[in-house]
Amino acid sequence: MNTDHFPSRLLEQAVDEFAKLPGIGKKTALRLVLHLLKQEHKEVERFTGAINTLKKEIKHCKVCRNISDTDTCNICSSPSRNLRIVCVVENIKDVMSIENTQQFNGGYHVLGGIISPMDGIGPSDLEINSLVERVERGEVDEVILALSTTMEGDTTNFFIYKKLKGTDVKISTLARGVSIGDELEYTDEVTLGRSIVNRLNFEDSIKQL
Amino acid sequence: MYIRELSIVNYKNIEQAELTFSPKLNCFLGNNGVGKTNLLDSIYYLSFCKSFFNAVEFHNIRHGQEFFVLQGNYFRNDADEVIYCGVKKGKKKQFKKNKKEYKKLAEHIGLLPLVMISPSDINLIIGGSDERRKFMDGVISQYDRQYLDILLKYNRVLLQRNNLLKQFAAGLRFDATTLEIWDDQLVRLGTEIHHKRKEFLERLMPVFQHYYEMISQGKEQVKLIYESKLNEHNLEDLLKEALPKDRLVQHTSVGIHKDDLLLQLGEYPIRKLGSQGQKKTYLVALKLAQFEFIKELSGNKPILLMDDIFDKLDAGRVEQIIKLVAEDHFGQIFLSDTNRENLNHIVEETGVDYQIFTIENGTVIP
Repeated sequence: MNTDHFPSRLLEQAVDEFAKLPGIGKKTALRLVLHLLKQEHKEVERFTGAINTLKKEIKHCKVCRNISDTDTCNICSSPSRNLRIVCVVENIKDVMSIENTQQFNGGYHVLGGIISPMDGIGPSDLEINSLVERVERGEVDEVILALSTTMEGDTTNFFIYKKLKGTDVKISTLARGVSIGDELEYTDEVTLGRSIVNRLNFEDSIKQL
Repeated sequence: MYIRELSIVNYKNIEQAELTFSPKLNCFLGNNGVGKTNLLDSIYYLSFCKSFFNAVEFHNIRHGQEFFVLQGNYFRNDADEVIYCGVKKGKKKQFKKNKKEYKKLAEHIGLLPLVMISPSDINLIIGGSDERRKFMDGVISQYDRQYLDILLKYNRVLLQRNNLLKQFAAGLRFDATTLEIWDDQLVRLGTEIHHKRKEFLERLMPVFQHYYEMISQGKEQVKLIYESKLNEHNLEDLLKEALPKDRLVQHTSVGIHKDDLLLQLGEYPIRKLGSQGQKKTYLVALKLAQFEFIKELSGNKPILLMDDIFDKLDAGRVEQIIKLVAEDHFGQIFLSDTNRENLNHIVEETGVDYQIFTIENGTVIP
């Protein structure tokens, strides 16, 4: 099907907008638009309304920079959490993953990405300075680096480490090792090698289960 | 380790063949285009789960047919192993060892070590420096599992650093701290790679020189020189020094990605001054040195495939090569050639067990 030309300009406009979204090509965009056309007026208005208010009213938590409805997010304003331990993550998806483990009771700092010149992202595009400020104000005892274990993630970790080196904050990073439920045979060699080098005391490991 | 029997159905131009091999020396003889190389390739296929020449499976099936089947009976560690490979158009490739299908092809690769010397390998001598880096990297990563990982990381950092340099040049900003973190990693990874390459070449050189001397009958002196700026300076200083230039050209002009392997014949580079025959000799000696590495690694003598390597070599050198590989520290060997009389004679003289196959139009006459 030739999707370059549409008989209707209005249709084309809507399709073009959808096709700008990540993971959506022209064909999918057309399918979505045609679907919306079939919907009731109210439905479509609710849809566009949600997007409008999202962009207008969304805030970034002034403490951790996470996406929030209020000036300070739920986590940062919760009295039961220990905000002196700060977990540094890329984005809100990582916050949600760590929250789902129900193992962490500290606060977060959301960078908004990782350093990657290929994607045009430098340190100044990220919330690194605000993290350093939090530490310098003496609000933090420990920073846990929890970024992707890619080259770019490691580089960002390294950059933050350099920035924080002068302060007396404790800097830790996520443990890297064999996944629970995995057979050793299928574990990749680099991870397995690291797990042997950084092995755990068995007694400590039982307590964690 | 050796291959006892091979059966082929519809592989390239070979419709059907059942071959029984000598555990030592096997020669495929025939005119151009009859399928000598395809026979060698089928043996290569059983070791590496792919053709040496064609990445597209479709091209490996005989024209007008729907599938090909290769089956090899190997004798390995005092036991028989049957390796089966079936490829059907539009279906997943089937690879079986003793009738049991592999879950992953990677589990098979390495089981039957093999070294191929092919005319296209001449790029190693006459091609760009990337060919020689690829050669070094290929052999090192076979015995050092970490090496490939470090190399991939290095290339990734390099790519990011080059992108950063482009951004600087686009006038956005110059940020020394950001550059520094990439440089730090480049230095750490690059120095490790340089160290491992140097170590490898120190081990390779004596083996290579030994083989070259044997084939050329001591007439020529050869030397491999590892050319890298890291030999004299550390990468950190090099990067600092090159920074003004790097910013101008917008890529990283120093590092192990610029390394080369100088192939010397006497005092001169073989690429410029060697004759065709000398280049070929050089190539064969390099590949035989590689053979030694793989042998040591796998604990088994690899199968050696030599495709049309006698082209351009004088009779003396051909004889030396055959004598050399007929020695005990080499295992099973497969040769292809067009000239029968010459080869017959030399092979007979070595006194080892051998088998000669004559090929005509995709059929084998034993």
